[in-house]
Amino acid sequence: MSTHKITVKINGGLEQVEVPSNMTLLSMLREKLAMTGTKNGCAAGECGACTILMNGEPVNSCMVLAVEADGAELITVEGLAKEGELDVIQKTIIDKGGVQCGFCTPGILISAKALLSRNPNPSEAEIREALVGNLCRCTGYIRIIKAVHAAAELQKEAA
Amino acid sequence: MNNAHPGLPEFDYIKPATLADASQFLAQHAGEARPFMGGTDTIVRMRDGFWKDKYLVEVKHFDGMTSIQFDPAKGLTIGAATPMNKVVAHPDVNKYYPLLAEAARSVASYQLRNRATMVGNVCNASPAGDTTGASIVLEGTLIVHGVNGIHSDPLKTFFLGPGKTVLKSGDIVTAITYPLPPKGWAGKYIKLGRNVLSDLSIVGVTVMGYPDGTAKSGFRFRIALASVAPVPFVAAAAEALLAEKPISEAVLEEAATTTMDACTPIDDVRGSARYRKLMVRNLTRKALAEVWAKIK
Repeated sequence: MSTHKITVKINGGLEQVEVPSNMTLLSMLREKLAMTGTKNGCAAGECGACTILMNGEPVNSCMVLAVEADGAELITVEGLAKEGELDVIQKTIIDKGGVQCGFCTPGILISAKALLSRNPNPSEAEIREALVGNLCRCTGYIRIIKAVHAAAELQKEAA
Repeated sequence: MNNAHPGLPEFDYIKPATLADASQFLAQHAGEARPFMGGTDTIVRMRDGFWKDKYLVEVKHFDGMTSIQFDPAKGLTIGAATPMNKVVAHPDVNKYYPLLAEAARSVASYQLRNRATMVGNVCNASPAGDTTGASIVLEGTLIVHGVNGIHSDPLKTFFLGPGKTVLKSGDIVTAITYPLPPKGWAGKYIKLGRNVLSDLSIVGVTVMGYPDGTAKSGFRFRIALASVAPVPFVAAAAEALLAEKPISEAVLEEAATTTMDACTPIDDVRGSARYRKLMVRNLTRKALAEVWAKIK
């Protein structure tokens, strides 16, 4: 099986990685780069635990081949906090109790972050639609939705 | 399955320099290579062992594969590898072909739609494809690059069975085109899933209608159904009836019943055949009434 040398920008830093054809972007992050913040839930594009930003848009990293990411810019949950300061969505999901076991949280944070950057003032319906691909077994979603609302409010105040 | 998360089987990822090279490679490796677009079906089917290809051939990088172009004289062209979210957000799609945006938006989740493509949805020929109905009623045609050059395949005659189409080894769909829709048209997609968003359809009903002086009733309707037959189902008898009889609530009801009687759903994990038939009647009636209210 062929391998490919790729260059990706992850959370601002350049990484050169050699990946086999059949390696998913999720496996590359977790197994080649030891970036285990991104979770492997269903490996079928259903649960959203592996969601990362690829060139600014959220994707299921289990549904992308690592080789396809050559030249791409990736943001994972590890890249949300800046200089020790949590991102606003990280703060509000803690404040509102939107984290229980935490397994879905990295994907939820990325999906929410992407929503807030394309729509800074989402309605509840828009939040629900944006998060439909992120399953959570613990929280019942209500506190997560409240956290996204709160993050939108904080963003507005800061602007 | 013993392992909940098996890795992908071994294959080689190939990125040809030209479309001609890609078609040639695919033809030379018939049965063991396939074009690779969004991957949202391919990766799952490879991992679960349903597809055993030795080569995945990248096609997203070719010219025009991810662009959307609208020509007010000719119609719409969507590059085959255009992600669904780009279709959903495109101003010309929303202005002139809102039914396409509505159908694409009903697929899975936002992050999946950043990878999934409408042409992939069509080429995988799932009877449950959400966007297929809209593409059929809007008279979509696939532009195909094969070993002998370029040809086109109208969607109406494209599907042969679940997962089976008229495409041959070496064929790469490069775009889907739609003519200008008829004047005064309206469309509706009603998807019945187990929940409001994101699920596969138990039944999907696509209806479009428009005024047409050449029809006895003064109107023509097109009806396409998902998940009720081995291939996307066109309700031809109901369409003929609606072109013939002056439209009334009773005639819409009759057309919905005719549609129900003509479709051949199966029992499966998402719903029984009987339930599907009844839902076809109810949702077809509902979609027809909504479209009729807009075009009459």
